[in-house]
Amino acid sequence: MKSFFARNLLVGRDSVEPSNFCRGSRWLPRDDSVAPYRSFALAILFFFVSALSVNAQPVTIGSKKFTESYVLGEIASRALNEAGIATEHRQGMGGTIILWEALRGAQIDAYPEYTGTIAQQILKTDRRLSIQEIRDLLAKFSIGITEPLGFNNTYALVMRREESQRLALRTISDLQKHQELKFGLTHEFLDRQDGWQPLRERYQLPQQNVIGIDHALGYAALAKGSIDVKDAYSTDAKIGENNLVVLEDDRQFFPRYDAVFLFRLALPTSIVAVLHKLEGTLDEARMIRLNAEAERTKNYTRAASLYFDGGVTSTIPAGENFSRKLARWTLRHLQLAGISLLLSVIVGVPLGILASRGGAIGHAILGFASVVQTIPSLALLALLVPLPFFGISVRTAIAALFLYGLLPIVRNTASGLQDIAQPIRDSAIALGLEPLAQLRKIYLPMASRSILSGIKTSAVILGEPILSGLNLNDHATILQGAIPAALLALLVQTVFDLLDRALIPKGLRL
Amino acid sequence: MLSEVEASPDFMDSLVQLASIQKNFGDAKALQPTNLAIERGKTTVLIGPSGCGKSTLLRIIIRLIEPDAGTVDFNGAPITPNNIDRLRRRIGYVIQEGGLFPHLTARANVLLMARHLGKAAPEMRERLSELCELTRLSENLLARYPVELSGGQRQRVSLMRALMLSPELLLLDEPLGALDPLVRASLQKDLKEIFARLQQTALLVTHDLAEAAYLGHKIVLMNGGRIVQQGSIVDLREKPADAFVSEFLNAQRRLALA
Repeated sequence: MKSFFARNLLVGRDSVEPSNFCRGSRWLPRDDSVAPYRSFALAILFFFVSALSVNAQPVTIGSKKFTESYVLGEIASRALNEAGIATEHRQGMGGTIILWEALRGAQIDAYPEYTGTIAQQILKTDRRLSIQEIRDLLAKFSIGITEPLGFNNTYALVMRREESQRLALRTISDLQKHQELKFGLTHEFLDRQDGWQPLRERYQLPQQNVIGIDHALGYAALAKGSIDVKDAYSTDAKIGENNLVVLEDDRQFFPRYDAVFLFRLALPTSIVAVLHKLEGTLDEARMIRLNAEAERTKNYTRAASLYFDGGVTSTIPAGENFSRKLARWTLRHLQLAGISLLLSVIVGVPLGILASRGGAIGHAILGFASVVQTIPSLALLALLVPLPFFGISVRTAIAALFLYGLLPIVRNTASGLQDIAQPIRDSAIALGLEPLAQLRKIYLPMASRSILSGIKTSAVILGEPILSGLNLNDHATILQGAIPAALLALLVQTVFDLLDRALIPKGLRL
Repeated sequence: MLSEVEASPDFMDSLVQLASIQKNFGDAKALQPTNLAIERGKTTVLIGPSGCGKSTLLRIIIRLIEPDAGTVDFNGAPITPNNIDRLRRRIGYVIQEGGLFPHLTARANVLLMARHLGKAAPEMRERLSELCELTRLSENLLARYPVELSGGQRQRVSLMRALMLSPELLLLDEPLGALDPLVRASLQKDLKEIFARLQQTALLVTHDLAEAAYLGHKIVLMNGGRIVQQGSIVDLREKPADAFVSEFLNAQRRLALA
């Protein structure tokens, strides 16, 4: 229990990361990488339904593994649907290179991208390219590009809205007159070649009070007033949530990351026409709203629908406070872990019973479960995600957690049963109990302690992502996340103590 | 054609008949082809040095060990894998120690099979009191778990469990082997009374000649996987079949006197 608690605190501190901060290829399994929640039964139903309706090849939209990309993918998908074109959205496939290769290989037909990324990572140039230049270069790969959708998601400096109004600050140049302002910048931004140093030179910024601060903590510091200016992505949902403004990059220091759609030139013009219709329709303020909605609800379809319905208010109140968010989030993860654990038990106990009989089958079962355990989680996800049923979905998360939870249960069930002494077995047989009755009335109750402790081990394994996630999810309040996490650990421990009492026969506890 | 032994009236009238039972463990011959009849209402004792095959013989009857050859007839019909579970319910089985299920109270241990077979509660209660009286176990000990009982109490509970369904045959594999001498003596006395009262057909394995002589109507002396001699203790003492019989009897007597 102690180590459980202590480890969690450590995990909490180490794993606080900005959520929308990485444009590239982050593979960490995170909650907002998981598709909107459905019950498991619904998910299975959904699978059968989609497997049955094999109609004309749908248009496949890809998206990268961060909120904004999901939302843009959903928008394209819905726009196509409204034009009567069937689509499939493969959410959060990975980073730039994966999406680009998938597009070139025709595994997807279109995906949202940023001009700066295209220039640097795809075309590998440091020059600033115009849209027309990019279009010409991409044509060689048989790939097309839309005009910008209307917003530029680049690095930006942000500050509190009322502060900017009070000081009449609108652009980065305006900062020259306010030496007293305190800057809190991410370490990444401080270190980047195109980050703080060249920015300061370009604008000749006089501020001396510049500290390095974690991205998530920076927002909290900004809100409290311990810093005045920080770096951010210009469409970060937090900008809207915290009532911040983006200072205009009036000397065009930051490269442009105009959002566009890349598509295969081989697509029918009717499809390309729909993508073109999206051009110039999304400005920064609107994208921030959509991102905020997506992060708050974890429902990308709903966030995307705001684009079409022109800002219909969501059913979740905008000012959802921290504790409610935390409660909702915790509950959802408990559900996720609960379903996985239940599946691990349902499958693991019978497998353990089989394994306890030894022989080739027993060895195979224990071997399989052990091998699964040694696969790193990222590799396991990488294995599952390409499979048709899984993809980036709650099913994948459950499947991965389920597999990880399996070994302790299988092993403890098997060893618990094998530890039963021969005289006990002889007595059970000699009484004339049928094999199943022997198992149910004698062997399983006697192995219950071992089986339960296996389940407990699994619960700890499955609980880890929840507990670290609790801290991950809210960027501002590490400590506030750690307390419920600790309470959760205590709660789980209590539940298991009660289970021990209920399920382990008293005679074995004497 | 029936052999001389098999055709004897003794054999025909017995509850259990083992005919040409044979068992090897790897290369080791645990049992040579062996015939044995277990008479109704009597106590038959299997005795002999360690590894002589006496436990193997007993375990073959209840099919904890499958014989390599030969048949076991119970009430004149052969025991087969198909009828064994049904027959096991008509056979009680008591072992040296460890036979009680630790997760069940003494009462639940005794009632396990009766409950499994759906016997009526009043009937079970009545039988339980009877057995407590018979085995001289205080009823309030029945709520205890095996670890909360003494060795002698545990064996009394084991005996109750074996007798619960009024078995036609009781098999006891060194039931008193792990008990201290005083407890052992009192249980020997109780066992003799119980068997007499119930007219119980019993087969008991022991390596203690005094116990065999005290409890057994018929003593079956085994050595090296075969039966050397069977009969009353007087028969064995006065008409030993070979030198081993005398040697075995004398060795035990010498020990007792020493």
